[in-house]
Amino acid sequence: MPTLNVNGQSRNVDATPDTPLLWVLRDSLQMTGTKFGCGQALCGACTVHVDGEPTRSCVMPVSALEGKKITTIEAIDTQKVGQAVQAAWQKLDVVQCGYCQSGQIMSAVALLTANKKPSDADIDAAMSGNVCRCATYQRIRAAIHEASQSLNSRSTSST
Amino acid sequence: MYKHMNLAHYDTATRQYDQTVEALSHWTLTNVSRRSFLKGTAGLALGFAATGVVQAALADSSKGSGQAKPHSKSSTLEPNAFVRIDSDGSVTVVSKHLEMGQGVYTGLATLVAEELDADWSKVKVQGAPADAKRYFNSFWGTAQGTGGSTAIANSWEQLRKAGAAARAMLVQAAAEKWKVPAGEITVSKGVVSHASSKRAATFGELAAAAGKLPIPTEIRLKDPKDFVLIGKQAKRKDSADKTNGKARFTQDVQLPGMLVAVVQHPPKFGGIAKTVNDKAAKAIPGVIGVVTIPQGVAVIAKDTWTAIKGREALVVEWDESNAFKLGSDEIAAQYAALAKTPGLHARKEGDADKIIADPTRTQLSSSFTFPFLAHAAMEPMNCVVQFKDGVCEVWNGEQMHTGDQYALANLFGIQPDQVKINMLYAGGSFGRRANKDADYLLEAASITKAFGGTQPIKMIWTREDDTKAGYYRPMFHHDLNAVIGSKGELLAWRHRLVGQSIVAGSAFESVMLKDGIDALSVEGASNLPYAIPNLKVELHTPTNIKVPVLWWRSVGSTHTAFSTEVFLDQIAQKMGKDPVALRLELLAKHPRHLAALKLAVEKAAWGNPMKANRMAGTRVGRGVAVHESFNSVVAQVAEVTVDKAGNVKVDRIVCAVDCGTAINPDNIRSQVEGSVGYALSALFYGEITLKNGEVQQGNFDSYQPIRMNEMPKVETYIVPSTAVPTGIGEPAVPPVAPAVVNAIANATQKWLTQLPLKTELLKV
Repeated sequence: MPTLNVNGQSRNVDATPDTPLLWVLRDSLQMTGTKFGCGQALCGACTVHVDGEPTRSCVMPVSALEGKKITTIEAIDTQKVGQAVQAAWQKLDVVQCGYCQSGQIMSAVALLTANKKPSDADIDAAMSGNVCRCATYQRIRAAIHEASQSLNSRSTSST
Repeated sequence: MYKHMNLAHYDTATRQYDQTVEALSHWTLTNVSRRSFLKGTAGLALGFAATGVVQAALADSSKGSGQAKPHSKSSTLEPNAFVRIDSDGSVTVVSKHLEMGQGVYTGLATLVAEELDADWSKVKVQGAPADAKRYFNSFWGTAQGTGGSTAIANSWEQLRKAGAAARAMLVQAAAEKWKVPAGEITVSKGVVSHASSKRAATFGELAAAAGKLPIPTEIRLKDPKDFVLIGKQAKRKDSADKTNGKARFTQDVQLPGMLVAVVQHPPKFGGIAKTVNDKAAKAIPGVIGVVTIPQGVAVIAKDTWTAIKGREALVVEWDESNAFKLGSDEIAAQYAALAKTPGLHARKEGDADKIIADPTRTQLSSSFTFPFLAHAAMEPMNCVVQFKDGVCEVWNGEQMHTGDQYALANLFGIQPDQVKINMLYAGGSFGRRANKDADYLLEAASITKAFGGTQPIKMIWTREDDTKAGYYRPMFHHDLNAVIGSKGELLAWRHRLVGQSIVAGSAFESVMLKDGIDALSVEGASNLPYAIPNLKVELHTPTNIKVPVLWWRSVGSTHTAFSTEVFLDQIAQKMGKDPVALRLELLAKHPRHLAALKLAVEKAAWGNPMKANRMAGTRVGRGVAVHESFNSVVAQVAEVTVDKAGNVKVDRIVCAVDCGTAINPDNIRSQVEGSVGYALSALFYGEITLKNGEVQQGNFDSYQPIRMNEMPKVETYIVPSTAVPTGIGEPAVPPVAPAVVNAIANATQKWLTQLPLKTELLKV
C-alpha cells in the first residue's frame, strides 16, 4: 500500500503500484479537482505539481511518487502564486465549462513560480500542453500577465 | 398527456430505440430560431408554449417532481419555480438550462436579479431538476432541454417576470409592515427602502412576510433604460468553483457504494458482441462484474483504473454482419458523384439551371468537402445511473431532460417522471450531450440494468471511446455554380449539398424533415441573404451511410457558411470587385447583416494596406465573412500570415455581432473568443475518417485541437440593439473558417476548399 505526500499530508492509499496518480487522487482520496481528459499526457487536464514541477498525473504511476511532495488544485491557494493566479482567473472570468481549468492553473502557477514575468512566448511554451476546448486561451494569457503584474507589484511594495 | 409505452425494442444495428423515438415525437417542438412553428404528432395545442404556460410555471412552485426542488420554509419567499429568497438574504435562481461553459447560469441569474433589484453578490444559481411542466424550454414547446442557442432567448421574458414577481411581493410586504403606499417604496441591491420615513429592510428580513402574500397576477417589467445589470458587467457565478477544483462535474460524482464501469465498444458501427471471454478480466482484483449490453461489453469494478485494466483483459469477438463497413474515401466518392445530379429543392427562385447550362455565359464553379467531426468536449461522455425501488436516478451534465427521461423510462419500464435527473456542470458539450437518441445515457442505464442491484454505477468513456463513439457532424459535399451576367452582376447561383440527415429516424424527424429536406442540412444555404435573381438550393440525403450523426456547435452552418462565403469571394475575385463591396451591394435588404459587416470592416480597418512581412516567401492577407445563425448575425475579418512552407498563422480576428439586447457583454466576448478557437480546430485539424467502417482517430494526438500558441487575437464588437436577445453560444463559429480561407486566398491567390485545410498546397 503506497504512502503519498499529498498537499502536505501523508496518505496511505489502497492502489496497485501501477495505478496512475490521477485515479488515486480522484477515486481513492476523493479529490476530484484534478481532471481526467485524455489518459495519455496529451491535454494537461490532470496537471499536478510533484516537488513543484508540473506533472501529468494520468501517466504517473504511484510507485514513482514515494517521498515526493504532491500538490493539487485543492491546495494551490496555500501558495502566494496560486492565490494570485486564482484571483486573476476570477477577475477576468477566464473559465467557460471549467473542466480543464484546474490543469491550466497548475501549469500557470508552475510557470509564474519559475518565471515572474513571462513573455507571450514563455506562456506559449509553458501552456501549450494544456488543451481548452472552450478555447479560453486569450483570457488565460491575459490572466497570467495579470497575475504576474499583481505578484510583481506586491513584491515591489513589500521591499 | 403522454402515451403509455412498453419496453423498447432495441435495434442494435442502428442504435435507435424505436419506441423512444415514438414517444419523443409526442413533444410539440417550437423552433423559433427558424421563425417557424413545428409540431409533433400528438397535436398538443400549438399555443401551449405561449404566455399561458409561462404564467403557470411562474405561479406553480409547489407542484412537480425532482429532488432538487427548492425547500419550502416559512422563512422563505418562493413565488415561482425560478427564484427563492431565504431569510439570510441569499437569492437562489433555479436554472432550467445546462451550464456547459456558455455562461447560462450567469445569464439567467442576471435576468432574475435585474427585475428583482437584487444584490448580485448574494445571488446563487442552482440547477433545476427534470420537470418539463415547470422547466420546459419555451422554444421547444413542452420539452425541457438546452440547445440551439435558445437559453437566454426563451427565458428573456419568463425569468424577468419571475424576478419582478418576487420584487413586487417584497415591496408589498414592506408596505404592509411600514403602513406606507407601495408606490413610494424603492428597491436597490437587495434593500427595500421608504425614503420619507427613512425605513429600510433587506430581502432576508422581508422574505418570511412576503412569502405569505398572494403571488401577483399583473407583473410589470422595467423600462430597459433602468437596467442596472443587463448590458453591464455581471461577473460569472461559476468562476470561483471552477478555479479551485470544487465545481462538480459528472466525472466527479462519488456516491456511497458506487461502482465504475467502462465499456468495450464494437470497432464498427452496428457491430454486436458475439462471444465474450471475461475470465482474465474477472481475475483482476476489484473487477466486480462483466455484462454484455447492446452497446458492447461493460466491465464493472470498484474504481476507474481497475475497470480500465479489466477492459484491457477482455477478449470479445464481434458480429459484424450488420455493421457499417465503408471508408471515408468511398463515402466521399459517392457524395461527389451524387452532387453531379439534381437533388430535392430546398429553395428555387428564377431559373438557375437554364442560365448555368448556357455555355456562352461567364461561369464559375467550385466544390467543397467537409469531414465528420467529433465534438471532443474536455470531459468525455459519462453518466451515473442508479435504479432503486422503481426509480431511476441519474447524475449527468444533462442537456435533454425530457427526451432522456423518456428514453430511460422506456428502458426500465417505468414512467418518465420516475426518472430523476441531477443536472451537473458539463465539461463542454458543443451539442454532444444533447443526444437525439440518448446514446450514452442509455448505455450507462443498460449497464445498471444488466448488472442489477441497487448501487449507483458511473459509466466513464475514455478519450478514445469518446472520439470513436460516433454522433459526428456529418460529412458533406457541396457543389456550387454561379453565372456572372453581362452587366457584371451575380445572375445565377446553384448550391447542391450532399450529406446525411441529422434528424432522420429520430424524434425530430416529424418536425424538422419536410418533403425530404432536413432543415438542419441546408440552414445557412437555403436562407442565403444575397440578392440573386436566379437561385437554387438542392439537397441529396444518402441513407446508406450508417454513421451516427448529430448537431455540432452551429449545426448546418458549420458547412454552409464556409461554402457560401468562400464561393462569394471567388465570385468577387472573378468580377474584380472588393469582397466587402460586393456583399454590401447584395445585402441591401438585410440591415442587420449590413450593420454587423460595416462594424467589423471599420474596426479591422479593411481598406488600409496590411503590414508586409519581410521574411522571404511570407505572405499576409485579410478575409471577410458574414453569416446569420440562431437569429444572430456575425461578421468577421481575419488576418493571416502564410510562410514559405505553407504554415498559416491566424493573427487576428475582428468580430462584430448582433445578438439583440446584450445581456452580458463580457460573456458575449467570451463566447466569441471560444467560438473562434473551436472553429479553428476544425478548420486546421478536425477530421474523423473511417477505414473499412472503423474510426481512425482516438486521442488528442490524432484528433487535434488548437493550443495556446495557435490562438489568434480576437476582438469582439457588439452591434447596439434593443431587440429581444438571440443566440451567442454558436453564431460566431460559422464565419471563422470562410474568413480565414478568404484571407489565405488574399495572401496566396490559392483557394482551399477541402476541410480540414491542406496547407501544404500553400508552399512556395
